[in-house]
Amino acid sequence: MKTGFLKVSNGCAVLRSDIPQLPFEDFRREALKIVKEGGKVVQYFGYQEDNTIKLLAVLRTDELLIAGTDAPDSYPSFTTECEPFHLFEREIAEQFGIRPEGHPWLKMVRYHPNSTGKPDVFGNDYQEDIPGRYDYYKVDGEEVHEVAVGPVHAGIIEPGHFRFNCIGERVFHLEIQLGYQHRGIENLLTNIQNKRLPIVIESIAGDTTVANASSMAQAVEALTQVRTDEGSKIIRTIALELERIANHTGDLGALSGDVAFLPPANYFGRMRGDFLNMTLLICGNRLGKGVVRPGGVRFAIDAEMRKELMRRINELEPQMQHVIDLLFATPSVRSRFEGCGTVSTYDAEKLGLVGPAGRACGIQFDARREFPTEYYQHIDIPVYAEPTCDVYARARVRADEALRSIQIIKTLLEKEIKTEPVDFGNYELAPASFVVTVNEAWRGELSHCILTDEKGGIARYKVKDPSFHNWNGLAMSLRDTGISDFPLNNKSFNLSYCGFDL
Amino acid sequence: MLNTLKNRFEQGYKTSGYPKTSIELVDRYRGLPEIQKDAPDELARQCASECPQDAIDAEKKIIDMGRCVFCGGCERLSNGKFVRFTRNFETATSMRDHLLTDGRLPALAEHSKKHFKKLFGRSLQLRQVSAAGCNACEADLNVLATPFFDLARFGINFVASPRHADGIVVTGPISRNMKTALMDTFEAIPDPKVVVAVGSCAISGGPFRGSPEITEGLDSLIPVDLYIPGCPSHPLTNLHALLNYFK
Repeated sequence: MKTGFLKVSNGCAVLRSDIPQLPFEDFRREALKIVKEGGKVVQYFGYQEDNTIKLLAVLRTDELLIAGTDAPDSYPSFTTECEPFHLFEREIAEQFGIRPEGHPWLKMVRYHPNSTGKPDVFGNDYQEDIPGRYDYYKVDGEEVHEVAVGPVHAGIIEPGHFRFNCIGERVFHLEIQLGYQHRGIENLLTNIQNKRLPIVIESIAGDTTVANASSMAQAVEALTQVRTDEGSKIIRTIALELERIANHTGDLGALSGDVAFLPPANYFGRMRGDFLNMTLLICGNRLGKGVVRPGGVRFAIDAEMRKELMRRINELEPQMQHVIDLLFATPSVRSRFEGCGTVSTYDAEKLGLVGPAGRACGIQFDARREFPTEYYQHIDIPVYAEPTCDVYARARVRADEALRSIQIIKTLLEKEIKTEPVDFGNYELAPASFVVTVNEAWRGELSHCILTDEKGGIARYKVKDPSFHNWNGLAMSLRDTGISDFPLNNKSFNLSYCGFDL
Repeated sequence: MLNTLKNRFEQGYKTSGYPKTSIELVDRYRGLPEIQKDAPDELARQCASECPQDAIDAEKKIIDMGRCVFCGGCERLSNGKFVRFTRNFETATSMRDHLLTDGRLPALAEHSKKHFKKLFGRSLQLRQVSAAGCNACEADLNVLATPFFDLARFGINFVASPRHADGIVVTGPISRNMKTALMDTFEAIPDPKVVVAVGSCAISGGPFRGSPEITEGLDSLIPVDLYIPGCPSHPLTNLHALLNYFK
């Protein structure tokens, strides 16, 4: 396929002047063509350059493709022809006041004023501080009723608002409105000293610390021509896989709890802690804050620690296997998991689902296999074989991944790991450059982009959490599902509020 | 059934003996920082300027645990000669000022309000509000319900409604978009009520300080009774704080 888009490599910098700048019409036509023919939207965002607003798209086929254009004040929405652009267009409208005409559902994403001073596309008054004050989608009918949940939820959970339109127990439609967690991260990242960069990045989403920090570090390394040693790649991979196991394990426990089968709920909860404690052993922080820094890692793993990690993981492996067997062999669990919250492969493709939620629907993409970073080119990542599209599949895929990750870590711990720990980042970024990084976080495809200015400062930092794709998958899974199955479906996705809200 | 029982035996009994027996955390864990007061001024200034959180006051030679994210950068830079992070996880305080420390903290149990102990010593029901928290502090509060920590055995629970609660536990830098929901939840809790700020974000804005979208310190909105520092605070830090302040 010949287009005006430029092929780039994951985590390799290009000069901004090398990014093809297409006339808007060409940009629109070609981007739509690539995505309609099976391409995916990795990033699509706006940025300011000398008082003009520009748009940049990173698309993915079996390679990464980029192109930019000058943003018009308004334009015919891409979404009307190609659904995966849906949320990206809303985000651009919110951040820059650019209206996608004909967008089927143009509403705010995170509830904040745009940065250009243009009239607000959504007509919001930001003196009012409630993102939920907006006319939710309504279903009419005598027996139709609404259930409103959040932003403050019943457990220890992040805030967000869920609006169910139901008939009896059955959900017609679930609308999810986020934005409560918005901390202004992307703007903050363009205004802070280098020394703060890793600290802010590690707090984008605390459960995805290592993946975010690695995505940032790879981008900074590309812009500084710094090469990391093999040992630090191995340690990042171990930390990333521990993050994956811990989160999957915790969620399997929560799923078990949500169908009222308490033994695995407790065992998984406890074992999750043991995996977090392995990360604690490596870096002194249970969630991996402080492991990754541009240039490498801050903590080495010596022979003694390798032995200890191996001892712990060997002890946990059979326990994990047995509790997973217990969970999936229990008829009352199976009867609740199977056929619940189905999202068809067709819908999943249209919504652009990624990660385990996508794989459960038969979308096999895994960035560890397709765009390997760190040590992943040496690791075999299998394809998930049971895409039944329901809660069962979303649970099973995560159980399989957790067990696979245990094998990965065991393999990596077998050899000596040699690295020179790094510390403070006194680096200068290449001026007028661009880099995109893609990594498989535990929820799916995570991507960071950095655009630098003429002096090497960060002009634009764009973060896309996998949840950005997947929240609509959760909404879709609830269609024609009992409202009492919401917690179960919610946990099977377990999406990030703060990663989405930034 | 047999399978369930087999798993039960394999899992064994895992609940920690803390606080009756002490727990040693791993070497790399960074708990209460200790400042070497006789360290050279130049070294202190260097650590202060490299600190990503600007949490070090080089003149007074103190560190603000309410801002610190315990990255340990200053310890590495000074090779332990100015700051050393101990493995002591008992870092909570009842006053914001106490978090500005050289490593000596007043005993928490002696600074708690006595009527709280009387009111809540045997039963404490808390409502947690995540106000733009990154899910790290939330996660390490949630684990208090797992078998190892088992918070409920002390009569402390996290409850689903503010109406059932004796107090509120806040995490996160309180985004503009969460402020109203947080204040509404606080108002809905019957008096007398306690307020606990968990993590660097809730105490000072944490990594997000300077962003116009957040609040730099919960105590600028409502009075805070208990400060639990960390990024996130270790579950044992949370446990120690709750037990010492209320029991």
